[in-house]
Amino acid sequence: MRVNMTVNGRPRRADDVWEGESLLYVLRERLGLPGSKNACEQGECGSCTVRLDGVPVCACLVAAGQAEGRDVVTVEGLATRAGLPDGKLSAVQRAFVDAGAVQCGFCTPGLLVAADDLLARDPDPSDADIREALSGNLCRCTGYEKILDAVRLAAARGGGGAADEAGAEDEAGGTDGRAEA
Amino acid sequence: MDFLRPDRWEDALAAKAEHPTAVPLAGGTDVMVEINFDHRRPTHLLDLTRIRDLYAWQTDGPDVRLGAAVPYARVIAELSGPLPGLALAARTVGSPQIRNRGSVGGNLGAASPAGDSHPALLAAGAVVEAESVRGTRLLPVEDFYTGVKRNALAPDELIRAVRIRKAAGPQQFAKVGTRNAMVIAVCAFGLALHPDTRTVRTGIGSAAPTPVRARAAEDFLTAALDEARCWETGRPVPPAAAAEFAALAAAACNPIDDVRGSAAYRRHAVGVMARRTLGWAWRQYTDGTTGERGERCA
Ligand code: FES
Ligand code: FES
Repeated sequence: MRVNMTVNGRPRRADDVWEGESLLYVLRERLGLPGSKNACEQGECGSCTVRLDGVPVCACLVAAGQAEGRDVVTVEGLATRAGLPDGKLSAVQRAFVDAGAVQCGFCTPGLLVAADDLLARDPDPSDADIREALSGNLCRCTGYEKILDAVRLAAARGGGGAADEAGAEDEAGGTDGRAEA
Repeated sequence: MDFLRPDRWEDALAAKAEHPTAVPLAGGTDVMVEINFDHRRPTHLLDLTRIRDLYAWQTDGPDVRLGAAVPYARVIAELSGPLPGLALAARTVGSPQIRNRGSVGGNLGAASPAGDSHPALLAAGAVVEAESVRGTRLLPVEDFYTGVKRNALAPDELIRAVRIRKAAGPQQFAKVGTRNAMVIAVCAFGLALHPDTRTVRTGIGSAAPTPVRARAAEDFLTAALDEARCWETGRPVPPAAAAEFAALAAAACNPIDDVRGSAAYRRHAVGVMARRTLGWAWRQYTDGTTGERGERCA
C-alpha cells in the first residue's frame, strides 16, 4: 500500500509498504531516515522514539498505515524544527555532545526526541521529571548520569528551543544518527 | 494482509462483521509486537485510530464512560478524580511513550492476566460495552476475562467503551516489579473503598489465569468493618481483620511459577499488597486526604 505523511515538515510518500510494517521500518528503510534506531521492536527501549502528531511514541509500535496523513518528527528534524539551518544541532543535541552523554550513540536519537519533548512542555524540569520523561529510553553505555547532566544543561541554556550559541565549533557529532545508519 | 481504516464506528463494526478474523489495532503496544516478531499474521488489521469517539469519554451519570482507545496518559492527566485507582494503575504502565498509545480497551482486548488496568477495573466496578452490527452487550468486567489472554468477545464484536463506576471513596493500587518503569507486573493489587455502600472491592493481577476479585477477602472485610463500626466512627481497621483480609487475598490467587516470579512469591506479595493498600486507603478515608503516597512503594 501507499502511505503519505508529513515527516520533519515535508510531505513524504512511501510505496509498496507491507500492511504489517511499522512506521520505524518505513522511516529507516523507505524514506532514508535511519536516525530512529531499531533495537528491540517491542516498545521496551525507546530508541525509535519519534513524535506522532506532536506526541512521543515508539515508532516500532505504530503501524505504517496508522501514520497516513499524520505529522511525524524524527531526530533528523529536531534542529530544523527549532529554526536552525541544516547541519546545525538543536540545543538538546548540543547539550548531549557537550555533556558527554553519547557513547555508542544507539540510544541517543530516542533520548533526544524524548528530552526535546520534555523541555518543550517544561523548560525547567526537576530531576524527578527528567527521570520520568526518559524512563522509557534504555542506554546500555552511559549509566544515565551524563544524560541527566545533558538535559539539565539544555534546560539551563534555555530549553528545547532554537539557538545554540555554544555549538560554534563542531557540527560533525553523530548525534543526529546519520553517522551510523 | 489487508489494512482496514474505517473513519466511523459503524464502518468498523461492519468491517469486523465481514472479516471476523480482523485484529483491531489502536495503540499497537501489544499487536505490533506480535507482528514485528512474526508471532501473528492476521488476515486483516483493523485500524481504529481514526474513530474519534473511541478517544472521548463522558462523565455525566454514575459512571465514567471511557472510550476504548483513550490513552493511559489522558486517564492520568484528566480522569484521576473520578477514577483514582485506574489513574494510579495507568501510571505504572510501560513508559511515557507506551502510555501515550496504550489504552484500557487494548488491555481488555489482549486480556493478559498481567494487564495493569484490570485490578483497578475490578475494584472500582466496571462494565465493558461490546458492540457488533447485531447490537450492544454490557459485560461486567469480572465476566469478561475467560482465560489466559481470552475474553468474552464474540468474533464480530469490538470494545466500544468501558463504563467505570465513579469513585465514592479512596482507591489504591500496588504493583510488584523489578523497577519502576517498563515493567510487566509480577503481580498487582487494586483496592477500592465504597463508603456509599459500605463495601470493599478488590482486583488481583498476574496471580491467576485471569484477573480476579478476592471475593472472600472482600466479604470478610466488609463484614468486619461493619461489625467494628469502622465506617461511621472512622476508627482504624482492627489489625487482626487486616491480617485476615491479607491472608484471604493471598488465598484467592492461583499463580504459576514463571520467569517473573514464583507462585509462592506471588501469593505472599499479594497478601502484603492487600494489607498495604487497605492501610493507605483507610487512612485516606479517615483523614479525607487525597491519597498522594509520596515516597512509599508497595
Ligand atoms: S525499537 Fe522501538 S522501543 Fe525499542
Ligand atoms: S550510548 Fe550506547 S546505548 Fe546509550
